[in-house]
Amino acid sequence: MSKINKLISANCGVIRPDSVEDYVKAGGYEGLKKAFTMKPEEIIGEVKKAKLLGRGGAAYPAGSKWEQLLEIPEFPKYIVINADEGEPGTFKDKILLSQDPLRVIEGMTIAGYVFNSHDGYIYIRGEYRAIQKVFRSAIDNAVKAGYLGQNILGTGFAFHIHIMTGAGAYVCGENSALLNSIEGKAGRPRIKPPHLAEVGLFLMPTLVNNVESIANIPTIVLEGGEKYLSYGTKDSGGTKLVCLSGNVVNRGVYEIPFGVSLRDIIYDPELGGGIPNGKKLKFFHLGGQSGPIGSQAQLDTLYCYKALRNAGLSVGSGAVVVMDEDVCVIDYLKGVTEFFIHESCGKCTPCREGNKQIYAILCKLSEGQATQDDMAVLRRLIDTMTNASFCGLGQSATVALNTCWKLFKAEFEDHLNQKCPAQVCFTEQGRGE
Amino acid sequence: MEIIRRYEQVLAIINKYGKAKEQLLSILLDIQATSGQNYVAEEWAEIVARELDLPITKVHDVLTFYAMFNIEPKGKYVIEICKSTPCHVTKADAVVAMFEEVLGIKLGETTPDKLFTLMHTNCVGACDIGPVAKIGDQVYGNLTAAKVAEIVTSYREVSSCQK
Ligand SMILES: Cc1cc2nc3c(=O)[nH]c(=O)nc-3n(C[C@H](O)[C@H](O)[C@H](O)COP(=O)(O)O)c2cc1C
Ligand code: SF4
Ligand code: FES
Repeated sequence: MSKINKLISANCGVIRPDSVEDYVKAGGYEGLKKAFTMKPEEIIGEVKKAKLLGRGGAAYPAGSKWEQLLEIPEFPKYIVINADEGEPGTFKDKILLSQDPLRVIEGMTIAGYVFNSHDGYIYIRGEYRAIQKVFRSAIDNAVKAGYLGQNILGTGFAFHIHIMTGAGAYVCGENSALLNSIEGKAGRPRIKPPHLAEVGLFLMPTLVNNVESIANIPTIVLEGGEKYLSYGTKDSGGTKLVCLSGNVVNRGVYEIPFGVSLRDIIYDPELGGGIPNGKKLKFFHLGGQSGPIGSQAQLDTLYCYKALRNAGLSVGSGAVVVMDEDVCVIDYLKGVTEFFIHESCGKCTPCREGNKQIYAILCKLSEGQATQDDMAVLRRLIDTMTNASFCGLGQSATVALNTCWKLFKAEFEDHLNQKCPAQVCFTEQGRGE
Repeated sequence: MEIIRRYEQVLAIINKYGKAKEQLLSILLDIQATSGQNYVAEEWAEIVARELDLPITKVHDVLTFYAMFNIEPKGKYVIEICKSTPCHVTKADAVVAMFEEVLGIKLGETTPDKLFTLMHTNCVGACDIGPVAKIGDQVYGNLTAAKVAEIVTSYREVSSCQK
């Protein structure tokens, strides 16, 4: 059986991205047409049955999120799609945005209909300026063809989509920071509660979903929640776009049904195809920089929310970064921590200062200067940041470090004794600043 | 005069976005992209603040918060090399060294002819073709020494044709 199932990526690379004609010919907009014959509650019922969990990283059940927003009596409500995709190792939303934008637009329009919302915003990261143009053209063509704008398909329903740009700030992917950024401000996170469903964009009730989450909606409406669920496992409905990168033969985006093993993802010739140059796998990093690190021994874990969680791993954004035996764990973690130093918004002390302190200790380790006392401080820093950071960025910035420390205790010890098994540290060409 | 032409260009950008406060990022990105030196000069930040009826501190807050904005002049082409871990493990450091060699400058510097600035960036969402460099909206992947030399030459040629 093929380990690929193209529920939402079948059009990618096949049709002209901004052509409504091509999209409709490929079965597009049938979901929206069906949605117009259903009540909002019925649509949400199907999303719940589908067990669609948020694909942006937090895995929040989409059906429950939709249900909560439906109950709120205030209007206007806004539909916001998170296309910030700043998580290193993640490049799946890019594929949908650039190669099948109309699917995202159709999903947003269905959400608009469900919540009787007339304005949708899509926040696309600044690094995707070229893709913003493709998306703009798809919107214009959908309006011309009567699938968007005033009086959609003669139903009287009106929905408009606005493109907003980021400008290079990872923290803007956090949903409340995202809304601040859409309002034209610096993207620092807001205090929650109030929840965004109550006080969101321009202080009005707001839905925030990831690009991949919303791209699944037309399929769920069309095929029904039960059918969609059946493509995946009992608890994780449907498929996931996984992004393979690092030291793996076939880097790229693959749509797999939940339930494929990590081993297959990394080694199957149809998927990762193994490690290049006959090297051995050392570890893999799942779900982004804020995700956990796994090793060889966990390869038989099935890729689905529950099995990964039970194994101390997670789906996160869908990133699967593979590292071979030449990579030094300490050097790798320095890279991760540098990322968080750069991306911390500076609003709260544990994250702003903690990442710098962790980096300093990792540097000492890689220079052979670290002591047991440093390791005790490292432990305290991890605990403090996890518990006292203001937003998800700081809270999860140490996940990679923490999981790596458990898996590669010996390599940490080696560095305390000025040994680097991968021979990256203590050499002339150690990682520069 | 040059300065008047630029003033009109900046006003046109602001008007294109309907002077909307929530379009601040788009407006500033466009001003930067058309500056020829990849930065937002203080005088234009002040014009934006005035036209959008925002306190100048709010414009500064945005300019210093987002990594894509520069408030000091840069080269005509800013070469940004991704240093996030998926690219790092596919030897991004070697690519920095290749550009340094071809351009004759160090990371963070601008060439004397003001054509190129070499910088690091975080993930640009092209990890499947790492190691990568981004120049403007264009992303170059699977970089080798030969490709790096070719890219630099192509930008030099474009620039000398424009002169
Ligand atoms: C620091 C940080 C960065 C995030 N970046 C993204 C992102 O780039 N894209 C995204 O969809 N969600 C991101 N999220 C998750 C969002 O906060 C939010 O959960 C998500 O957009 C909701 O959509 P979903 O339920 O459909 O996944 C990020 C969260 C945090 C804490
Ligand atoms: S944890 Fe604090 S400093 Fe870090 S990004 Fe969130 S709010 Fe900003
Ligand atoms: S890590 Fe370099 S482009 Fe993503």
